[in-house]
Amino acid sequence: MTPTTAVAEIAAAVATATAVVPIGAGTHAEIGGRVLEATEVRAPSGIVDVQPFDMTVSVRAGTPYAELDAALAEHGQECPLDASDASATVGGIIATGLSGLRRLGHGPLRDHVLEVEFVTAEGKVARGGGPTVKNVTGYDVPRLFVGSLGTLGVITRVTLRTRPRPAASEWFETATAASVLRGALFAPTAIVRARGVTAVLLEGNAADLRAETDTASFAPSAAPTHPVGVHRARIAIDPAQLDGLLTALDAIDGLDSLAEYGVGTVHVATETVSGLVAARGAAEGLGGWMLRTGGATDLDPFGGTFPAVELQRRVRHALDPTGKFSPGRVPATETR
Amino acid sequence: MCFPSTTADVAFAVTTANRFAIPFVARGSGTGLAGGATPLDGALVIVTTRMNQILEIDADARRAWVEPGVLNLDLTRAVSHLGLHYAPDPSSQQACTIGGNVGTNAGGPHCLAAGVTSAHVLAVEVVLPDGTVEILGGLAPDAPGLDLRGTFVGSEGTMGIATRVCVRLMPDPPEIRTMLADFTAIEDAAAAVSAIIAAGIVPAALEMMDAQATAAVEDFVHAGLPRDADAVLLVEVGGLHGGVTHDASAIDAICRDHGARTVRIAADATERALLWKARKSAFGAVARIAPDYYLHDAVVPRTKLVQVIRQVYEISARYELIAMNVFHAGDGNLHPLLVFDGRTPGIWERVHAAGDEILRACIDAGGVLSGEHGIGLEKRDAMPLFFSADDLDVQARLRDAFDPDGLANPDKILPRGSRCGELGAIPDGAWV
Ligand SMILES: Cc1cc2nc3c(=O)[nH]c(=O)nc-3n(C[C@H](O)[C@H](O)[C@H](O)COP(=O)(O)OP(=O)(O)OC[C@H]3O[C@@H](n4cnc5c(N)ncnc54)[C@H](O)[C@@H]3O)c2cc1C
Repeated sequence: MTPTTAVAEIAAAVATATAVVPIGAGTHAEIGGRVLEATEVRAPSGIVDVQPFDMTVSVRAGTPYAELDAALAEHGQECPLDASDASATVGGIIATGLSGLRRLGHGPLRDHVLEVEFVTAEGKVARGGGPTVKNVTGYDVPRLFVGSLGTLGVITRVTLRTRPRPAASEWFETATAASVLRGALFAPTAIVRARGVTAVLLEGNAADLRAETDTASFAPSAAPTHPVGVHRARIAIDPAQLDGLLTALDAIDGLDSLAEYGVGTVHVATETVSGLVAARGAAEGLGGWMLRTGGATDLDPFGGTFPAVELQRRVRHALDPTGKFSPGRVPATETR
Repeated sequence: MCFPSTTADVAFAVTTANRFAIPFVARGSGTGLAGGATPLDGALVIVTTRMNQILEIDADARRAWVEPGVLNLDLTRAVSHLGLHYAPDPSSQQACTIGGNVGTNAGGPHCLAAGVTSAHVLAVEVVLPDGTVEILGGLAPDAPGLDLRGTFVGSEGTMGIATRVCVRLMPDPPEIRTMLADFTAIEDAAAAVSAIIAAGIVPAALEMMDAQATAAVEDFVHAGLPRDADAVLLVEVGGLHGGVTHDASAIDAICRDHGARTVRIAADATERALLWKARKSAFGAVARIAPDYYLHDAVVPRTKLVQVIRQVYEISARYELIAMNVFHAGDGNLHPLLVFDGRTPGIWERVHAAGDEILRACIDAGGVLSGEHGIGLEKRDAMPLFFSADDLDVQARLRDAFDPDGLANPDKILPRGSRCGELGAIPDGAWV
């Protein structure tokens, strides 16, 4: 596919700039650390091609998620990127790499991305992966770009895998312990625990939903809401350690949390930086880590130790030898 | 060649190879079909078959740590009493290793709904090309920074050697319905595939066999396949009762609407196993037709299946070769199989020429070079058919970041001249 004029312009801008930061809708701009002075570039917007029979969609990176979702809904399909903010752009969601609440059922964000087109540090337009639902042609560049936080290139277009929208979809509150539910239900889409309440999302056949929840312990409910607070973060931990972590988090004063069972993601929010610091301590104590997602600007974005850091540095340097992409972000892997 | 038993042994082998600047090649069972494990230029072959222990099974967390030499089917067998299975099921699953599956990002019939190997690898311990050991990925859902686990999976031994793998296990579906639909025209079978997807159904598996393959398999396995069918579809749905019943009857109706003569539903586990045996022994059955075969692997958009299969028949007829097709129709993953007798004079040239044309037909239809077998040596020089020089340069830089000295399975995946700086060294008229 020949790059559009807009992409060619981005490429020209990147080629000459010494510092570049790709911007989406700015909903996640703080994640990974604040970017120093840099030329802002915005990927073009618009859906290129919906292929319902192939269950794929090619979309420009600047497209708001809401627009993509509406276009797929016309064909009874979806791509469960599940942005927490519907104005977030597809490119921004992918670069940030944070999966939504349906990860247990639909897999992580990185499993939905088939192909990426991006502008390289030299201002070339390159592509990785491919447009088909199955592909092992060359290295898995798309997965590398998921969560790369704008440090490897400017994502300009992606091809995503789509799926049929579920026939039925419903949240239930339940008295059954979250840790037990995974074995009790066949394929729940989400099991979460927030503010002392356990909820499950079931999707699929309506009769199956009824049969699985046909006991007193399940009651239809609204979708759980994300924790609210000035300072926000996301913990990733071995899901087998979740109960222990939640005990520790519940002891932190004023900390609101939402935990994803079977996945190991815990969203936390608080009004005090010290609350986040304590949450990070609890997570790291159990072998997890915490990503700052909002507020608490003085707090290290990742904290603790960075895995395979030397290799990460080499990969970042290989794709961006002069360190022009998002300087200041992911400080641990910066080379300049 | 060496047969390490531990991660330390592998690290020692790799360090030694570094000391003498000799290339090294990881090898599992050697069932790979793209030549990825083939050593060139006196390379040290590091074989993982002695590292064949399942280290830990955590049924509650639905995962297991295994050594790379564990055979794919042995893993599923070891967890089946827990009601779990390892989803990627290559047809070679009795023989291939988990390490090799990670190396090639292997697929299988049940990857249509469940996803290929990369979706089932949580973490991987790797001896990097410089001999250091790192764990990529982890038990937590994400690791800080880049997804190097995702980059490593499918790197065909060019980014290091997997020495331990943490895989995801899936719960066995409470109900399974396996169906065999038989068609008198392959176009109808392909149209049924599209209609199933259009109806919002993603079966657990959706496989197609053409007339030649069906007849060959039936002679071999005696599964009661219709020898006179132009194509058969093997469709499986799994899950809870309501969804399975709904999807199975919808698929049955769609197949009949599209001209299926019969839709046979496996009555029990034995019959289901027989149908799957038929599918998975297709390549073995071929040996009864001619001693040699060349198996291709490419993906085309589902909507282009019929067009490309017609081209495969036309190309092979032109080169006077027998072509058979047994493939993952649900995800457009074609496996044209050219059957021949290698003793026939001039046959290899014909086979290769036909193979090249088939690959080009797939690319022209908007497809890719490989869906699951990998690039290895076989398709290395075809990479420029699909990727631009700039695309390949990115991949070469990525590889160099893992392997600056170029000792890990060199000369695989990327053609010479992939690095921008190398272009000057390319002779005139070379294909880059
Ligand atoms: C009859 C038949 C049917 C097949 N069906 C399928 C199928 O349905 N789906 C499918 O995907 N494939 C299929 N294959 C191909 C093959 O079985 C797979 O590619 C398999 O993953 C290879 O495993 P192996 O242990 O034999 O690896 P090998 O062939 O030994 O190696 C394959 C590649 O992986 C690398 N490698 C091996 N071990 C490691 C390690 N520990 N760390 C890093 N890299 C490593 C090697 O260097 C090489 O590049 C089939 C092959 C045959 C012969």
